Amino acid sequence: MRYIPHTEEDVRQMLATIGVDSIEDLFEEVPDDLRLGREMELPEPLSESELVRQLQELAGQNATSSGYLSFLGGGAYNHFIPAVIDQLISRSEFYTAYTPYQPEISQGTLQAVFEYQTLICQLTGMDVSNASMYDGASACAEAVLMAARATRRKKVLLAGSLHPEYREAVETYCRYLEMELSQIPFGADGRLDEKALAAGLDDKTAALVVGYPNFFGVVEGLTSLAVTVHAAGALLVTAVPEPIALGLLKSPGECGADIVVGEGQSFGMPVSFGGPGVGFFAARQKTVRSMPGRLVGRTTDREGKDGFVLTLATREQHIRREKATSNICSNQGMCALMANMYLCLLGKKGIREVAEQNLAKAEYAKKALAALPGVALAFSGPTFNEFVMTVDGDLGRLLQELERQKVLAGVPMSRFRDDMPNSLLICVTEQHRRQDIDRLVDLMKGGTA
Amino acid sequence: MRPGTSGLQLNEKLIFDHSDPGRKGYSLPRLDVPAAVLPEGLVRAEVEGFPEVSEVDVVRHFTRLSSWNYGVDSGFYPLGSCTMKYNPKVNEKAARIDGFANCHPYTPQSLSQGALALMYDLQAALAEISGFSAVTLQPAAGAHGELAGMLMIRAWHEAKGNRRTKVLIPDTAHGTNPATAALCGYDVVPIESKGAGVLTAETVAEFMDDDVAALMVTNPNTLGLFESDIKKICDIVHEGGGLVYCDGANLNALMGIARPGDMGIDVMHFNLHKTFSTPHGGGGPGAGPVGVTAELEPFMPTPVIAREGDAYTLQFDLPQSVGRLRSFYGNFGIMVRAWAYILTMGAAGLKRASEMAVLNANYIRARLEPVYDLPHRHRSLHEVVFSDKDLAGDCHTLDVAKRLIDYGFHPPTIYFPLVVKGAIMIEPTETESMEILDEFCDAMLAIAEEAKNSPELLHEAPRLTRIKRLDETTAARQPCLCWLPEE
Repeated sequence: MRYIPHTEEDVRQMLATIGVDSIEDLFEEVPDDLRLGREMELPEPLSESELVRQLQELAGQNATSSGYLSFLGGGAYNHFIPAVIDQLISRSEFYTAYTPYQPEISQGTLQAVFEYQTLICQLTGMDVSNASMYDGASACAEAVLMAARATRRKKVLLAGSLHPEYREAVETYCRYLEMELSQIPFGADGRLDEKALAAGLDDKTAALVVGYPNFFGVVEGLTSLAVTVHAAGALLVTAVPEPIALGLLKSPGECGADIVVGEGQSFGMPVSFGGPGVGFFAARQKTVRSMPGRLVGRTTDREGKDGFVLTLATREQHIRREKATSNICSNQGMCALMANMYLCLLGKKGIREVAEQNLAKAEYAKKALAALPGVALAFSGPTFNEFVMTVDGDLGRLLQELERQKVLAGVPMSRFRDDMPNSLLICVTEQHRRQDIDRLVDLMKGGTA
Repeated sequence: MRPGTSGLQLNEKLIFDHSDPGRKGYSLPRLDVPAAVLPEGLVRAEVEGFPEVSEVDVVRHFTRLSSWNYGVDSGFYPLGSCTMKYNPKVNEKAARIDGFANCHPYTPQSLSQGALALMYDLQAALAEISGFSAVTLQPAAGAHGELAGMLMIRAWHEAKGNRRTKVLIPDTAHGTNPATAALCGYDVVPIESKGAGVLTAETVAEFMDDDVAALMVTNPNTLGLFESDIKKICDIVHEGGGLVYCDGANLNALMGIARPGDMGIDVMHFNLHKTFSTPHGGGGPGAGPVGVTAELEPFMPTPVIAREGDAYTLQFDLPQSVGRLRSFYGNFGIMVRAWAYILTMGAAGLKRASEMAVLNANYIRARLEPVYDLPHRHRSLHEVVFSDKDLAGDCHTLDVAKRLIDYGFHPPTIYFPLVVKGAIMIEPTETESMEILDEFCDAMLAIAEEAKNSPELLHEAPRLTRIKRLDETTAARQPCLCWLPEE
């Protein structure tokens, strides 16, 4: 076995040093009746070349953006990934290290996390960011718990337009914590119904959670929501599933958000069938001590040299145990590093330009599709790089026809909602050329005619 | 030869300090559609503070940062309870295959059969390795798996109409265990191990009552000892109407030897980034699948991967499910790596891994026991815990850890488990050779000598690193968590 270096002679010598006769003797504390007593039933071991062949065959059964023209989004996005990122994260000093518990030999990870925290603060317009969470949905759930801690209130309002999987994760996390969750409906523009919000808010409300852009791709009027929510003494939690949008949209912080969470997969990570990506989590300075997750801070060493350490650990599970702000331990460090690299490469101009391209291409597609007979835009509100189209006739059949043409036209909303059987969430990014969009339009025209 | 030495180190600024207006590190295609604008009031100014750097700046920056890190590929990394085994390179390649890396989670199921098949087979393999009836792959890390498992336990009780309020947790547990129990609305009742090192059936019986929902154990426990009363303990908890949760962080001691599911345990999480060789990434991503008995299967998180004839499907309709813990289906890229590892090792290889991990821990124990205090005498499994009690020269565990860095080794886990004062928790894993273990043990013994003769070498350690011991107190009192442009 090439990963295990022991020769039989090594084993013999080591057993002699230990003072036992056999490997078996080392397991003497495991009672006989608990022994497996047979070989596990697993596939026969493969050589490296057999393994690669078998996995390639398996992977070949999956449709990807290489073989298909894909307009799938809805929380996982196909953006261009510069070659630099994979080269740099393949440095095994980064990926084979553990959580930076020994700062003197982990300064690479620690400085990178500090930079990541800074980039997230700049992008979201917040004061502090943690080192990362599992993903956007679990970060959203943690934000709800933090809002409840910070306000000592138990009622949380969730926008009906929030990503349904984010809502479900919130429900799971809150399941046994005596929280009261309710949904605020959206209007014909796809934005939160502000009258319903005003009616739903009271002095028990900890927070409103709203997507930005929301699950329909619609950009909410965050500033006015913040005013309403704050008037009730509640916090505004903003969930950002597509953070490329923040290159162009007013930052949630500038709009008055108190906690900003989101999914960072768009920043240099492949979609990878839904994970790993990275959850980001940012908040205001005054609430830093009730934040979940790891934080890296700047300090100095014995010789006065700048360095970085994990800090404010008294919030965390290994110190506070059951009183901790969260049970999170390992997070998505490597993915946060990828996000850091991506944002550095793009920089101030690039994040703007890529966001503008996403908007322009999506608007081009939106206009062309909405002009087709039998196709209509579901919501009138402004959108970023996704939008919902309603299609007359049998959407399922249309999608299957398009699949045969190697086109994945979008995510059918029927997957999530019974009340939108003919609606399709279509995502257009900088990866789509004009001719790709024209092709989708032509096929939809043929399919719906 | 001692691996630690001094050499040229390169300093590196924060990326923000490299910024120069006009530099860029990206390229985008020419915009081939008309530009579009958003309604007024929605648009921000440029992101203030974002760097403007060239591609070369970025490459040098991160290359230099990486050189300040110590990884498993740099050398021996005996971090107890973390199972820092070698991360096979072919697994990295596997996760990057186009069909895995670039398959969107909402791809129609008929067009993502390869991904679903892999998940289904991995579930089955983990079930076989652990002796559970079903496995969910959704949790993103060990603590996330604990949350899934404890939620299922609570849901099981609630379905029976029992609102039990307490969870028993031995003081040898990971810190995540009590935090997780609290997240599920339970009160935590600590069980003191009273120096015994293992939990006895009698102790559990004393604590068991009608209000106990579950016992959370780790087996082998955090002292590296097998809980040999485990079967009896599970029986007692079951007779009292409770369930047993096992933290699977230490499964690397038991593969092919004994299975938690056969011991009476009801729920256990795996750490794919420990036992199944996936890299820890400097703090994740990991994956924390959870195995359960048939009785708990209806409560698994959704969606569940199932097989219907020749087709693999995602099942969303589980009326008693605890729900979803995150978006999509879990950290799929990590599952690919773990599956590649299992396919490479096979049943005999995994058993051999556990045997060699246990051999290595016992070898280190035998070599260091004459000099370092060993608080518990039971046979060690995959890790061994010493204390700093016998160290001379006012030297403590932290000093040994820092001095090990000068010798070129990553320190063990220190001051954990809490039940051992000044704990030095060493987990060597099976991928280390006898030569490496000897180098490490020689260093540990030399350090104990230094503590007697020149304790300043320990107190001043590490001396060879670019950065010396850091001021953590100021970092916590006046937190600086974000770079700000100079006024």
